[in-house]
Amino acid sequence: MSMQQTLPLPGVAPERTGGYRRDHLLVAEMVRPGSRVLDVGCGDGELLQLLESRGIDGRGIELSREGVNGCVAKGLAVVQGDADTDLVNYPDDAFDYVILSQTLQATRQPKVVLENLLRIGQRAIVSFPNFGFWKMRLQLLIGGHMPRTENLPASWYDTSNIHFCTIKDFVELCEQINVKMERAVALDLYGRPVPLNLPWWVWNMFGEQGVFLLSRGGQGK
Amino acid sequence: MSNVRPIPSPQTPSDDRAHEADHPSSLVAKFGMDQPLKLDCGVDLAPFQIAYQTYGELNADRSNAILICHALTGDQHVNNTHPVTGKPGWWDTMVGAGRPIDPDKYFIICSNVIGGCMGSTGPASLNPATGKVWGLDFPIITIPDMVRAQAMLIDRLGIATLFCVVGGSMGGMQVLQWTAAYPERVFATLAIACSTRHSAQNIAFHELGRQAVMADPDWRGGRYVDEDTHPHRGLAVARMAAHITYLSDAALHRKFGRRMQDRELPTFSFDADFQVESYLRYQGSSFVERFDANSYLYLTRAMDYFDIAADHNGVLAKAFAGIQTRFCVVSFTSDWLFPTSESRALVHALNASSARVSFAEIETDRGHDAFLLDVPEFLDISRAFLLAAGKARGLNEGVAQS
Repeated sequence: MSMQQTLPLPGVAPERTGGYRRDHLLVAEMVRPGSRVLDVGCGDGELLQLLESRGIDGRGIELSREGVNGCVAKGLAVVQGDADTDLVNYPDDAFDYVILSQTLQATRQPKVVLENLLRIGQRAIVSFPNFGFWKMRLQLLIGGHMPRTENLPASWYDTSNIHFCTIKDFVELCEQINVKMERAVALDLYGRPVPLNLPWWVWNMFGEQGVFLLSRGGQGK
Repeated sequence: MSNVRPIPSPQTPSDDRAHEADHPSSLVAKFGMDQPLKLDCGVDLAPFQIAYQTYGELNADRSNAILICHALTGDQHVNNTHPVTGKPGWWDTMVGAGRPIDPDKYFIICSNVIGGCMGSTGPASLNPATGKVWGLDFPIITIPDMVRAQAMLIDRLGIATLFCVVGGSMGGMQVLQWTAAYPERVFATLAIACSTRHSAQNIAFHELGRQAVMADPDWRGGRYVDEDTHPHRGLAVARMAAHITYLSDAALHRKFGRRMQDRELPTFSFDADFQVESYLRYQGSSFVERFDANSYLYLTRAMDYFDIAADHNGVLAKAFAGIQTRFCVVSFTSDWLFPTSESRALVHALNASSARVSFAEIETDRGHDAFLLDVPEFLDISRAFLLAAGKARGLNEGVAQS
């Protein structure tokens, strides 16, 4: 269990640039300098540290005690809590960005969580493993069992990931709850962006994870 | 019933206790008629004195001072042998060489609260106007009064900004009051097992304790010193009841179960057959050796009145609006006196104020008292927080992180 928590989730061995994970660098690049950020499920605080090094005022929520302890030791402001139950306690517009990195699929109510992200933050940055990834599809189609990958090694009975979705599913949810997608990037198994000029279905097939910059839809909200 | 042993009378001569109240074995800051302590009840208390201990050295920048706020029955002797009981300092898990609050790194200050009985002016002190002990003539004090007095002491010590204010339980209330009253004077805070307001259940327990004291015929309407008595039975019962609230069902079960005390079979009497009874009686009788009954009434009352939000139109977040202080809030899973929900309410208010707050709930079955015990996870996070805050403050340069 703890082994699973300490695994670097995205990418088999996420490529690093300047000591930082590429998916973290991608997220950091989406955040305007000088803004206020809440990282929901911040783990050991690696992304928050990257953000703070860029002059961003960061806060975190983390479920595991080890994660909180590690963050506090780094001087980060992190609160022990649960995305499903604690986001409701944050006031509207408290942050410029709320980040949910590789956590959406582990929440009990992803739709409610997503709505809360965009209530608390002007923008949300969400990344999640894509269940439409070709390796996943192949395992279900040929092997006939629930997919397990290098990134998601747990069996169906002991995984904390209870709400898997594909990039296509997520895009549909965003449309349904009137969330605007400002930017979308699919990353391959090594954390490299899938080329932009390819159609959606390619992303949904070859993206190992999706990273989305979201904002509130214009009307109807 | 002949074998029922009552709570024994205190072994410590009452003169010793009285002596500590006015002439403590501590440093003393005396404030004259020109420097009254403005109390919430409307009284200007003057003259008055604050007894305090310090450990370590203040650095050249005066930036390494940590103020420790003690709990209800604590005192300033946080890291030295207690002058009355001869026991070690009350927080030797947290404070000391190699501990999270290390006198080699920080200048540590701990003062007896106003209203206490270990040398700061309180109901056990002599009232200069009458030449007798104050007793119930002493004005009612509050947590903000305690903090106001500490701020005067910190001024006297020439410290503009405290690096950190630390405390658990009633000490944690003072920590929060410091940040609400003097946010610019506190760089960081460690608020442990506390709340921004005393709950109805906690007020109820305090009332039980006070009524136990007042029901003792030796209390004499609070004038027991003049009449040369001491309500040690009432105070011991108060302490016994309170002590249960500091533990947990699981901790009591683990420590004592239903085991008998020095006997195989029940005596069919009201003697202390069970170990847990014997333990509680010991807690009660040792407490009365060192604590003044009236002081217990005043300090419990101060906790009852505590409600930070009430001073800010009922909105807790307003108390911390725009605050720059770094907060670390810690609670314990088995603490039912100041449960985690109270700490979470504080954290939510701090979040709403955009304050820089960390929060951890520590898993332990040791109840409220866990903050005084050797709970490694709690001590680790305290150390980590102080080191990181120290780094931000420019302290700990060159000090290896252990």
